[in-house]
Amino acid sequence: MSDVSSRATAEAAWVRVALTTLALAFVALFLLVPLAAVFWEAFSKGWQLYVDSLTEPEAWSAIKLTLLTAAFAVPLNLVFGVAAAWAIARFEFRGKSFLVTLIDLPFSVSPVVAGLMYMLLFGAQGWLGPWLAEHDVKIVFAVPGIVLATVFVTFPFVARELIPLMQAQGADEEQAAMVLGASGWQTFWRVTLPNVKWGLLYGVILTNARAMGEFGAVSVVSGHIRGETNTIPLHVEILYNEYNFVGAFACASLLAFLALLTLVVKSLVEWKIARAQAASLNRTREARLASA
Amino acid sequence: MSIEIRNIHKRFGDFTALDNVNLTVESGELVALLGPSGCGKTTLLRIIAGLETPDAGRVLFGGEDATHTHVSERQVGFVFQHYALFRHMTVFDNVAFGLSVRPRKVRPSKEEIRDKVMKLLKLVQLDWLADAYPGQLSGGQRQRIALARSLAVEPKVLLLDEPFGALDAKVRKDLRRWLRELHDEIHVTSVFVTHDQEEALEVSDRVVVMDHGRIEQVGAPDDIYEHPASPFVTQFLGDVNLFHGRVDGAHLTIGDYAHPLAAPPGEGQALAYVRPHDLIVSRAADDALASGTVEHIHAVGPLVRIEVATGDGQTLEAVLAKEVFRELAILPGESVFLKPRKVSVFLADGDYSI
Repeated sequence: MSDVSSRATAEAAWVRVALTTLALAFVALFLLVPLAAVFWEAFSKGWQLYVDSLTEPEAWSAIKLTLLTAAFAVPLNLVFGVAAAWAIARFEFRGKSFLVTLIDLPFSVSPVVAGLMYMLLFGAQGWLGPWLAEHDVKIVFAVPGIVLATVFVTFPFVARELIPLMQAQGADEEQAAMVLGASGWQTFWRVTLPNVKWGLLYGVILTNARAMGEFGAVSVVSGHIRGETNTIPLHVEILYNEYNFVGAFACASLLAFLALLTLVVKSLVEWKIARAQAASLNRTREARLASA
Repeated sequence: MSIEIRNIHKRFGDFTALDNVNLTVESGELVALLGPSGCGKTTLLRIIAGLETPDAGRVLFGGEDATHTHVSERQVGFVFQHYALFRHMTVFDNVAFGLSVRPRKVRPSKEEIRDKVMKLLKLVQLDWLADAYPGQLSGGQRQRIALARSLAVEPKVLLLDEPFGALDAKVRKDLRRWLRELHDEIHVTSVFVTHDQEEALEVSDRVVVMDHGRIEQVGAPDDIYEHPASPFVTQFLGDVNLFHGRVDGAHLTIGDYAHPLAAPPGEGQALAYVRPHDLIVSRAADDALASGTVEHIHAVGPLVRIEVATGDGQTLEAVLAKEVFRELAILPGESVFLKPRKVSVFLADGDYSI
């Protein structure tokens, strides 16, 4: 029965083969080959040189700065994203559509423009520049500027993941929790958050990937001071321009590796959840048989 | 615990959802709020629960003002139309939720919670589903779990928002009977919202019929069905034939026909309503209210539906038992007279709101 219906609705064999081949070829050419090339180039002069080019002080400082930036940008945008999504999905208020547009702004503005915006605001010739100089606060060409620019470009990811999800789920479960006597805080931790955790995790992964990989905005505000204000992407560019291919690709491979790692973690968590649900389904089936 | 609703007003922008509503629900009663969509019944229920705040008026539980009590402190049970079970929790954890969020000092021990939850799951006959997730249950099972969850906190009042609205007809009928039996067993003051008049009349002790944010009539199901207080209630409670006529003295005159009235509502232009099963089809003209030609006969099932076209272009419907129909042996195209067994008469310009 199912065979007949699947044969009746399936495409001809050559169409299936052609489409599958096309898709696989595309993935191989545009994703796998470049990824392999990065690692190939990084290890082309041997393991020792690879390790050396990652542990030399300037590379090491770039790695630390990148991690530091992500350590600020991810939690900040996590809190902001959840708060914004909650406000937008659960409440009606004046200026709501304006807020939604505002959240999307970093997506629609070129990262370079975002960087220039901060220069205009905090730079030596900027609006707040003289005041900042007077009080000996450094923002551009220093770590705070890099963090600010990164927070700006990664601003929408969490909120954009959560808003449609929370709107689709509706407020019924939260209201049910409140009626059952849960406080606002308990409702948030025990109902709201668990319901959006996959969307949230995905938003955090995207935020983290972008925070570590951001080039344009950071490039403008960084000042490219070696060993001080270079993040990994900036460091890669410098090394590449100096024809230090092993060094450049070694650092690039680190970013690629971080991306692969986040994907593995995500798949692992999803797999564990699927297993837990399958186990519960089995227990239910057994209970049903036992009670029948 | 009794519920008193006093002078409640509620507006959403330009829309008046509730317009000066007053209602008392006695302790232990099962009351249905019945009305078409947009009549304000769900808003009223949500105001009782504390999920909505009224613009004016007060809500009293057991004589005490609860208007400004937060929803989480009202100790009400609320059953949502679409169940609103926590999808990431097992059935057990769903039912245990209300107990497990209590402050540590008043929270029952793990064993007590376990006993209570299993007892409630047995009460709703679903104890074997304790480990399942809501996504694995049927609609009827979900709604019973939602009910068990709301009962776990021993609510003072139980509020149900179209509890069977999303279920198919058969399950709905079973659950209806089951809710009635459950209420007879636990006697918690309950209010449920429905747009299904059959459901309201079958399940509840008293029915509150609402329209346009106002209460049209309150009464026992039988009372409301037999003595509807307004044209709206008459039409809403089931199929009905409408006649336009006049009341003069103790007679209702419709076209060429006159019908004696035991309790005339006054004098003047009138609307008369007769339910299809209260119309007697006959070949004799005495006591008739109308006459016409038989247009269609639908004879499927134990009841026969006859459509009669009157001279002035109106189609009337009469329903009779199959045996009566066989005795009469009416054929399409035949001329017949229609005689009312029972007629509800309202003056055309009367004000029937309460």
